[in-house]
Amino acid sequence: MTVSFSMTVNGKPVKGECEDRTLLVQYLREHMGLTGTHVGCDTTQCGCCTVHIDGIPMKSCTMLAVSADGCEVTTIEGLAKDGQLHPMQDAFRENHGLQCGFCTPGMVMSAIGIVDRHRGEKLDEKTVRHELEGNICRCTGYHNIVKAVLAASEVMNKA
Amino acid sequence: MADGGIGAAITRKEDRRFLAGRGTYTDDINRPGQVYAAIVRSPHAHARVKSVDVSQALAFPGAVAAFTGADMAADGVGGLPCGWGITQIDGSPMAEPPHPVLQAERVRHVGDPIAVVLAETRNGARDAAEKVAVEYEVLDPVIDTARADADGAPRVHDEARNNICFDWQIGDAGPVDAAFAKADKVATLNLINTRMATCAMEPRAAVAEYESGTGHYTLYTSSQNPHVIRLLLGAFVLNIPEHKLRVVSPDVGGGFGSKIFHYAEEAIVTWAAAKVGRPVKWTAERAESFVSDAQGRDHVSKAELAMDGDGRFLALRVSTHANLGAYLSSFAPLVPTYLYATLLAGQYATPAIHATVRAVFTNTVPVDALRGAGRPEATYLIERLVDEAASVAGLDPAEIRRRNLVPPDAFPYQTPVALAYDSGNYAETLDAALKDGDYAGFETRRADAKARGKLRGIGLAAYIEACGAAPSAIAGQLGARAGLYESAEVRFHPTGTVTVFTGSQSQGQGHETTFAQLITERLGVPVENVEVIHGDTDRIPFGMGTYGSRSLAVGGSAIARATDKIVAKGKKIAAHILEASEDDIEFSAGTFSVAGTDRTLSIGEVAGAAYVPHNYPLDELEPGLDESAFYDPANFTFPAGCQLCEVEIDPETGTVEVVDFTAIDDFGRIVNPMIVDGQVHGGIAHGIGQALFENCVYDGASGQLLTGSLNDYCMPRADNLPSFRTDTRETLCPHNPLGVKGCGEAGTIGGAAAVMNAVADALKPLGIGHIDMPASPYHVWQAIHQSRNKTA
Ligand code: FES
Ligand code: FES
Repeated sequence: MTVSFSMTVNGKPVKGECEDRTLLVQYLREHMGLTGTHVGCDTTQCGCCTVHIDGIPMKSCTMLAVSADGCEVTTIEGLAKDGQLHPMQDAFRENHGLQCGFCTPGMVMSAIGIVDRHRGEKLDEKTVRHELEGNICRCTGYHNIVKAVLAASEVMNKA
Repeated sequence: MADGGIGAAITRKEDRRFLAGRGTYTDDINRPGQVYAAIVRSPHAHARVKSVDVSQALAFPGAVAAFTGADMAADGVGGLPCGWGITQIDGSPMAEPPHPVLQAERVRHVGDPIAVVLAETRNGARDAAEKVAVEYEVLDPVIDTARADADGAPRVHDEARNNICFDWQIGDAGPVDAAFAKADKVATLNLINTRMATCAMEPRAAVAEYESGTGHYTLYTSSQNPHVIRLLLGAFVLNIPEHKLRVVSPDVGGGFGSKIFHYAEEAIVTWAAAKVGRPVKWTAERAESFVSDAQGRDHVSKAELAMDGDGRFLALRVSTHANLGAYLSSFAPLVPTYLYATLLAGQYATPAIHATVRAVFTNTVPVDALRGAGRPEATYLIERLVDEAASVAGLDPAEIRRRNLVPPDAFPYQTPVALAYDSGNYAETLDAALKDGDYAGFETRRADAKARGKLRGIGLAAYIEACGAAPSAIAGQLGARAGLYESAEVRFHPTGTVTVFTGSQSQGQGHETTFAQLITERLGVPVENVEVIHGDTDRIPFGMGTYGSRSLAVGGSAIARATDKIVAKGKKIAAHILEASEDDIEFSAGTFSVAGTDRTLSIGEVAGAAYVPHNYPLDELEPGLDESAFYDPANFTFPAGCQLCEVEIDPETGTVEVVDFTAIDDFGRIVNPMIVDGQVHGGIAHGIGQALFENCVYDGASGQLLTGSLNDYCMPRADNLPSFRTDTRETLCPHNPLGVKGCGEAGTIGGAAAVMNAVADALKPLGIGHIDMPASPYHVWQAIHQSRNKTA
């Protein structure tokens, strides 16, 4: 069955139509060509597919496209403003928080969520590690990702 | 150091696109008119295929085609080849059973492919594939590594009696037996090196298209070595001449070995694209990755170490059963032989070593190289055994190591197991690890943990690896069916910018940055004016790819050679323009100058003159500034180092926490310390993963993979790991132009051993001996309770 819905993706209104069982991540990647959001598993474990739904990190492999009806969706492609990377993206680059880059979009989206949840607090390593638990990275051993999140939280809290 | 050149921790050139979501991984590629492939796989570990009926699948709305093994056979499609042959102890070749792309008669592991269904959509292909009706006669499987060769065990291949692929040995048994006969003390250990799933975060994917007008094929595939895939696929499977087959590996989302090999799906999509006249795309679901990506390790070994009265090693004897799974994956025979047993000397001057390896087939997913490939297995065995030896000899683990290390003045050091170590200073990395990890202060921390109800342990791993494979001539003698050099092309453009074409293939290692830094260092061109291209057989001269930490040592050396040629030609051009003798031209930091004068020419100006040759020695020199080189290494490189791990165990739950981890590595010269650090971190996490969390578990009766998803296969996560303390020491590799050794696997090679030594140390006060990996809460809790019951 075909379903239709409307949502905002990276600030632009989108009127969508797809097979009812289409996952949000499939819709973003295959219908909209937003291939920055990745699929790393089929059991909601890896977090490669994390996007923001109304500002909250969600695994887009675990919701239907149609359930994003009326929502504001932000993907990794929508983070940079006027060619300026988001402070979290910058921090990943500065701290070598990525290697193959496959987990990275999901990591960045989750990491922004961590800082958002602790606005105004001084984040510590333990909290970051605990709250990154839904995202798997095979390359970095997380060491530099944690450093990046802590660095970005300083910048984001000043902004 | 040139600005941004060798030694500079500059940020990576590739990161901007990855961070913006603008990378291009294989599944991001879509070709006009493409259809989607879904593979029908065996649900049984071992069965006879009685019939395959695709008619219902074809009738499914949106289905385009369906093919079986019989269809491929009718087209004369060959089997998947093995790239390494082993000669057995008795001189006969290993058993090499056929490995069809799609199975028509018998399936040999859960996940073995039987048919492919093509449809207009991804979901449609999956639905239609479910309609393929396969009738099986289920057979008993053989799963267990140590018992696969038992009389009466089910046979995986008719060609392999007792499921033995090969019996192989290295070293000399005579001196080993003699040393054991006169030894004062002997340490013995039986150990299992568990099977791992690679779990690169990007699942494998392949997209193929065929142009009927030209007869050209293009295959996009997530691979560590596209030229190798072109060779194996073209020459052995589909019979496509290489000039008609282009293989592209765009951004690759992690490999760790599993993307070296040539897989059935690459052949299926390429063949099917010509069959249906439309591009064909396949992307693995994670569940498919678990049953179709080659897995790693899976050894069962007995190890014995003979010592004199002072704890000096006299001889090592090892026998290993290595599980190869159901078929020979591309380089499977190499891993438990020349990448494993040749490393059994470790960092120690043990005078006599003998190892036998029996490789067996089982009804499990094929096993091949996985980060470290053979060397983690060797290191785990030696380093656990050395700790056991320390116990037997009544020596401190650090002291027994120190007593037996190959001394720094012994290089080149010929081991009793073929390799000649070229350089190193093992005592230096050991001492540094002990100091940085405060080995001396450990007992205080142990006592403090005890007061908190925790068991604290400390463990060392002194590792060595052989990287940068290999002199091709030697590899050929040992059974390699390919060369192991690397190629590079350094192309100046008329305006002075540079494109480097490399046969190395990044899967996250940062080649675009590191290789650009080589150009900056050697030719004085700023990093931002250098572009590194890899992963396309139509653009790169040739390539053997990236594995075994070889990219910088072999691929980087090829680039260095090409830059030498650029400088040599540039000198000729500069001599002509500056009206000087070529012998008087000097080159440094991007500038040619006439010795002793202020007459200079930048390399950019020389490039301009080479492409606009108005004032140019055309009678003796061709225009253009574009040089290529092939580099065949003179020896392996031998990165080495020492890791020190501390764990705390909660005796109530059995949970092991890694609370401290120090790694001191000697990688030779380091180009980008930031990238090297990152490689070490990831490697350590992989080692800790094996030690504490990861394990492929097959049900012994049914052969089902019980850990076939990321829910069941426990990957290390951020909250399972500590931050790592890393540092380096430097002895230069004496035989490559850069002095580099390689760093991609070191963390994994030592990591599991260091953790398990720490676990053993923590449990020792309870009278618990060796426990096997993974030291999961359940295993550790069981060991603690068994020991309590014993003492109660
Ligand atoms: S793709 Fe793995 S959690 Fe969504
Ligand atoms: S950077 Fe490769 S999986 Fe995280």
